Amino acid sequence: MPLSAITLQQTLERRLPALTRTRAPETLPIRLHRRRIYILPTRSGLGFGVLLAAMLLGALNYQNNAALLLTCLLGASVINSMLVAFRALDGLSLTQVRADSAFAGDALVLHLQFDGAGRVRTALRLDMADGGVDFCLDARGGEIAIGMPTERRGWTRIPRMRVSCTQPFGLFRAWSWIAPAQDVLVYPQPLHGPHPPPHGEDPQQRARGEEEYAQLREYRSGDPLKRVAWKASARHDRLLLRELDSASHEAPQKFEWDALHGLDRETRIGRLAGWINQAHAAGRNWILVLPDGRALGPQADHAHFHRCMTALALL
Amino acid sequence: MNAILRRATHFLGDRAPVEAAAADAEGLDARAFDLLCLTVACTLAVHLAHMPAWLGAALAALLLLRWLQRRLRGGRIPAVARFALLILMPWSILAVYRTPFGRAPGAALAVGLLVLKLLESERKRDARMAIGFCCFVLMSALLFGQSLSATLPVALALLPALATLRALQPDSGTRRMTALFAPGAGLMLASSPLALVAFVFVPRLSAPLWGAPGADAARTGVDDRMAPGDLRDLLVDDSPAMRIGFSGAPPASAQRYFRGVVLWYFDGRAWLRGLAGMRNRAPQSVSAPGAFMDYEVTLEPTRRRWLYALDVPLSAPEDVRMGADRTLERSRPVTETTHYQVASATRYVLGATLDPALRRDALQLPPGYDPRAIALARSWRAQSGNDDAAIVQAALELFRGGGFAYNLAAPPLGRDSVDDFLFGTRQGYCEHYAGAFAFLMRAAGVPARVVAGYHGGYWNDFAQYLLVRQSEAHAWDEVWLAGHGWVRVDPTAMVRRVLATAAGSQDGTAGEGGWLAWRDRLDVVDRLWDRGVVGFDALRQSELFTPLGVARLDWSQLASGLAVGIVMMLGLALLFALRAARIPPRDALAAAQRRLQEKLARCGVARLPQEGPRDFFARCMLALPASRNELITLAREYMRLRYAHVAPPAEPVRAYSRAVRNFHARSVVK
Repeated sequence: MPLSAITLQQTLERRLPALTRTRAPETLPIRLHRRRIYILPTRSGLGFGVLLAAMLLGALNYQNNAALLLTCLLGASVINSMLVAFRALDGLSLTQVRADSAFAGDALVLHLQFDGAGRVRTALRLDMADGGVDFCLDARGGEIAIGMPTERRGWTRIPRMRVSCTQPFGLFRAWSWIAPAQDVLVYPQPLHGPHPPPHGEDPQQRARGEEEYAQLREYRSGDPLKRVAWKASARHDRLLLRELDSASHEAPQKFEWDALHGLDRETRIGRLAGWINQAHAAGRNWILVLPDGRALGPQADHAHFHRCMTALALL
Repeated sequence: MNAILRRATHFLGDRAPVEAAAADAEGLDARAFDLLCLTVACTLAVHLAHMPAWLGAALAALLLLRWLQRRLRGGRIPAVARFALLILMPWSILAVYRTPFGRAPGAALAVGLLVLKLLESERKRDARMAIGFCCFVLMSALLFGQSLSATLPVALALLPALATLRALQPDSGTRRMTALFAPGAGLMLASSPLALVAFVFVPRLSAPLWGAPGADAARTGVDDRMAPGDLRDLLVDDSPAMRIGFSGAPPASAQRYFRGVVLWYFDGRAWLRGLAGMRNRAPQSVSAPGAFMDYEVTLEPTRRRWLYALDVPLSAPEDVRMGADRTLERSRPVTETTHYQVASATRYVLGATLDPALRRDALQLPPGYDPRAIALARSWRAQSGNDDAAIVQAALELFRGGGFAYNLAAPPLGRDSVDDFLFGTRQGYCEHYAGAFAFLMRAAGVPARVVAGYHGGYWNDFAQYLLVRQSEAHAWDEVWLAGHGWVRVDPTAMVRRVLATAAGSQDGTAGEGGWLAWRDRLDVVDRLWDRGVVGFDALRQSELFTPLGVARLDWSQLASGLAVGIVMMLGLALLFALRAARIPPRDALAAAQRRLQEKLARCGVARLPQEGPRDFFARCMLALPASRNELITLAREYMRLRYAHVAPPAEPVRAYSRAVRNFHARSVVK
């Protein structure tokens, strides 16, 4: 959209409360109804209108009733197509919003669950700040995914989204704003600095550490599969995991806030996030020590990763 | 960033990756392009009849090539080629028509530009513009004729146009072809009431804002100049000339002669009206012993001033003058379909006396033409003496037995056209026979004149009207016989041998005959169309509510009628659109619970927004100790139904709502 159009839109929304009413975030489910669906002709719709006016004038001038009748028919179809666009949105409701995790600066994928109120809806479009997605819903509704741009770590409000439809001829656009009152958590952006993660061990030591294990424990979801003790599991009819004796054999990496003195706060957070990311990717154990002295870990699974990232995001 | 977006977003229905969709967001996909080509092809087809064959063929070939090119190879047409065509096409049209103005060159130019637009259509925006232009060009085809057979193809061609617009919507790739046509067809059907309201009430212009299109291809019907060969084009034209509804029985087919113009003056080559009709203002007297016929004529535009009436009209309609020869003439040409009522006699004596001036006019011959014919006529006079009727018989005998033949493809005639025809070619059609007969009569001293009009017609028994086509144009003679007045003589009817006729006008092969008969029957629909749509002019519009007692609608009344009609129709449509938007399927349990809450609220215990059912029931029990036991049962039942099932079974829910209905909160008696 050109800049002038954006300013115009902003001015209008400031002046006309009706347009801004739906700007306030709402709790789910958000149901679209006639009071919040707006319809305006698109640019090609305006062009088509001019064309229809020209045809009408020509038919009247040449007293050509056949052309007049067809012009009326075409015009009436175009006018009624507005209602088709309206019906595509009317009754649509956003029932759930689920967010994947993402680092600041990346796109955060939102999964939006729509309920179509038993109507098949085609050629819908969902627009966010700088991108959109076309989608269709069958009678049962459906889920669509859209990337939400992120800038900063921490809780972020889902921006206002526009659901629109230019069905069936692209001459009118029906749209409605949805702003779910829901925050999503954005993880800090990992920085991969020149410093290697502290307490890195040499590969030989690590290899030995993986071979020797102290005990078996039950499998918990999220555990790396390569540490499943298959023979032992087969004997016991349940999945067992080799528990590494971390204290003696594999020293967990320790990522300490206080070790990064001399850097500013965000860089520290970024560094820690970067190290955690690397350690998680490599499947190693790590401990995160926060500024208040609280230590998370040692562990290596997904849950630990998310716990640490959440802690960093909310610092 | 975009890459992530694209990976993250996808269509729900098919799991196609969004990359293709996003990259093609503004590109024209194959489906939409096919439909666009179809629309342009339909537009071209509608216009084919109005343009030179070579131009139509060239444009069709260009269209086909472009379609194949994009389909097989893809990619743009080089700008050089497009530019060359852009120069060549208008130049060639200009070369053919000599002027860029007027209907035919304008339409040819528009269709040509449309095909050229297709060459550069690579994006959705181009396609939208092309479709808009298509609609415009389609409508312009109706300037060439607004008959039903011209309008229907145009209306049908709007369907692919709308389907193309539908195909430009983002999800069209996953749709079937029928699904793309359906919205357009459905909307056109559903919108026809609104369209009709608009059509009826849109105020017509009483005078055009700018010039009407050129009359270059207008039909004129029978003309007031008749030279051998003039009628030929008319006799192969099957379009309707007029339709006549009789208040009683229709005349017998032998009596269906419709008088248009009477030609008095022969200049050696052609028969013309001359001045006789004007010099003698008063119509010649007619005495009709038999019953006369009342009928209403619906005349197609002729761009001539005279009207047609069954032989012979007894009185002229309003605003129409009747000439001495009982022809009807208006002050302005018939430029639109016209209705008028006339009464005529089929058994009559016309002009019992002939005044000398008129007699002179009826005997006029140019000097120095056709000596052999004059000699032949004089020999008849010498044989018969004063018996004019015998001379007429002699002439008719000549046509019957003299080796004459009916031939639409008659050979051309020289300077002495009557001599050439009578003694040379002996082939021709009504013009030749009527002209030669009148010449012979005048040469023999019998007053005679040529009448041009229509003869015949198809009686539609179902709709009770007579259809007269242009191909039934005819010319015959009238001779004045003492005691009988002007007597109609049709020399063409004497001819027995038929060499070549227009297909269908006189006879046709068996297969064609069946089709032609059907076409005659289907003319009912054409007539309805002509009366109801084409003929719905400013006058008919203003008299719309005359049956209801409103004398004449003026402009502002029509405009308010239009506004009211449109609002009503749109209101209906809106009602439909809103009504069909159902609230999600009702949850019977929630409804029952809502009723219970309303009951309890009346007793002063309203549920707080943040309160769950358990807390709410607990608070109710405290507030209404008298109903405690009932509330405990209801609470237990509700919790079980709501939280123990994904979807609560129907019968217990019904039982619960019955229990809610029977529940009456007993307030504490003070």
